[in-house]
Amino acid sequence: MIEIKDLHKSYKMGSNSLHVLKGINFKVEDGELVAIMGSSGSGKSTLLNILGMLDGADSGEYTLDEVPIKNLSETKAAQYRNKFLGFVFQSFNLINYKSALENVALPLYYQKVPRKERQEKAMQYLDKVGLKPWAHHLPSELSGGQKQRVAIARAMAAEPKVLLADEPTGALDSKTSYEVMDLIQQINDEGNTILVVTHEEDIAHMCKRIVHLKDGVIVEDKKIEQVRAGQYV
Amino acid sequence: MWLFDRDLWIEIFHTLGKNMFRTFLTMLGVIFAMVILVLLLGSANGMSNGFNKIFAGTASNSLFVWGQSTSEPYKGFERGRRIRYKVEDAEILKKQIPEIEVLAPRIELGSHRSVVSVYRNGQTSGSSVYGDYPEIDDITKKKLVEGRFLNQTDIEHSKKVCVIGEETYKLLFDKGENAIGQDIRINGVYFSVVGIYKPNNNINIDGENAVFIPFTTFQKAFNSGDRMGWMAIAVEAKTPVPLVEKQIKDILKTKYDIHPDDDRAIGSFDMSEIFNNINGFTMVLQGFSFFVGIFTLLAGVIAISNILLITVKERTKEIGVRRALGATPKVVKRQIVVEAIVLTAFAGLVGFAISVGILAIMDSMWGSGDDFPFVNPMISIPQFIISFVLMVGLSVLIGLLPANRAVKIRPIEALREE
Repeated sequence: MIEIKDLHKSYKMGSNSLHVLKGINFKVEDGELVAIMGSSGSGKSTLLNILGMLDGADSGEYTLDEVPIKNLSETKAAQYRNKFLGFVFQSFNLINYKSALENVALPLYYQKVPRKERQEKAMQYLDKVGLKPWAHHLPSELSGGQKQRVAIARAMAAEPKVLLADEPTGALDSKTSYEVMDLIQQINDEGNTILVVTHEEDIAHMCKRIVHLKDGVIVEDKKIEQVRAGQYV
Repeated sequence: MWLFDRDLWIEIFHTLGKNMFRTFLTMLGVIFAMVILVLLLGSANGMSNGFNKIFAGTASNSLFVWGQSTSEPYKGFERGRRIRYKVEDAEILKKQIPEIEVLAPRIELGSHRSVVSVYRNGQTSGSSVYGDYPEIDDITKKKLVEGRFLNQTDIEHSKKVCVIGEETYKLLFDKGENAIGQDIRINGVYFSVVGIYKPNNNINIDGENAVFIPFTTFQKAFNSGDRMGWMAIAVEAKTPVPLVEKQIKDILKTKYDIHPDDDRAIGSFDMSEIFNNINGFTMVLQGFSFFVGIFTLLAGVIAISNILLITVKERTKEIGVRRALGATPKVVKRQIVVEAIVLTAFAGLVGFAISVGILAIMDSMWGSGDDFPFVNPMISIPQFIISFVLMVGLSVLIGLLPANRAVKIRPIEALREE
């Protein structure tokens, strides 16, 4: 599904250049649930940004579902993001003046799905994350865990190839974190490919594979025995 | 067509409705600008209409010619000789200058601008008395309140009839008395009243206290022979009046042995000059209104652009999320530009409604044009369309500024955690 070869990325900081990713080689198969771990500054967020086409690499190859991702225009990048990727952020990033339902329907709006169909589909995904009764509430009326579930529903609504979650539990207490991870595991069980960036050990162990990043290189890449989040809920 | 996309409008009204008070304050600039523009244009139109009303019934392409005294000695004549036209001059001029459409000769009883006593049943009025042709009505229209004006039959049969001014009527008749068919006496000759005209606010060359009798009757009754005092001349619409004026003067100068450089011997008054001056004046007024209005509008639209820039800054994160979810730069840009247009257009319409209301009030208070030239102050539909298109055009241009700013926001920067 995802294939990365010798990926480099550096940032200019005044006259200095900061080499963040120093040759990443990395492959994700269909249906995997991968945790990307590392301390801050290890380059894990940069890697996710490049995978999410929010940022470009300096050199190296990136192939997503057999489509080479290179030199994209802003418009093309936006279209690919919409078609291939779903994003879940640490701070949820819901649009605060839109109801839960409208938030979930937003990616479908950019796919030019007709209004009625969009609403139905959004409702279906809200139901899936257990928030159907909250469909017409504003984000400010939801708890943190509920917000993140809305964000996941939004990411899934466009039926992306890959779900990218950047510290999805970073702003949540552990009980809510497990609820969210339970949901992510369920989505993965249905065959969706998911990448989770985290620095929490227990969250990482709820995935099926852990990739450790340190100082811009992969230091460890191992398959693990998945801990089901459901048992903590 | 994206313009009819319901969701686009929902998005726009969402964002605009989010901060109602600020949105309203932003629009205030454009509302005021539109009010000023429409009020200025409407008032200019009102004045233009007012002037038109004053001149209503007066042929704009016309002139009046009368005789004065020579100021240069010529061909043995001394200066100070009085020029008196003859009736035949009318035919000569008409024959030689085809551009003349109507030529109405007139003769006045007594000397110029003098008054004659008119009697009826012991009541007296000091009025001007004119011998006229019915054609004069084509050049300076009389507003008749009763009866009719002089006609061709009156001329042919030298009928002893007259048309009197309302002022004259008041002096000679009791209030409410029927004057039509009654006789009045001028210099011992009786004339039957056939019409009464009313002084309107028009240009009134003849005054309001006047008696008009047929030219031919005048000749016989007052023994004026072939004398003619005055000519009212209407010129073809396309011909400039000064051109004809010069031709007329040249012919008359030759005929009456007037020195070619003598400018005082022949008196004339070019009506078109006044019309042109007033038209020019109202044009300048309208141009000025547009000028002031457009710049006020520009200031208003810039205020909107400013607020949208601030809004874009505030919505950085939201725009970043939208970009991450698949909003293309075009979609983001379009939304901001349409927001600018909607704000401006809505504010413009509100301003338009307010100013039209004010104009309507002004119209009902002073619109009759009795006190000063101000009639039906309102902007025309083309003026409305021009100002509206200009306004929307400006808002598109100015909306592109914040829109481009919004597009420059990279999703990664917008989403960076604090």
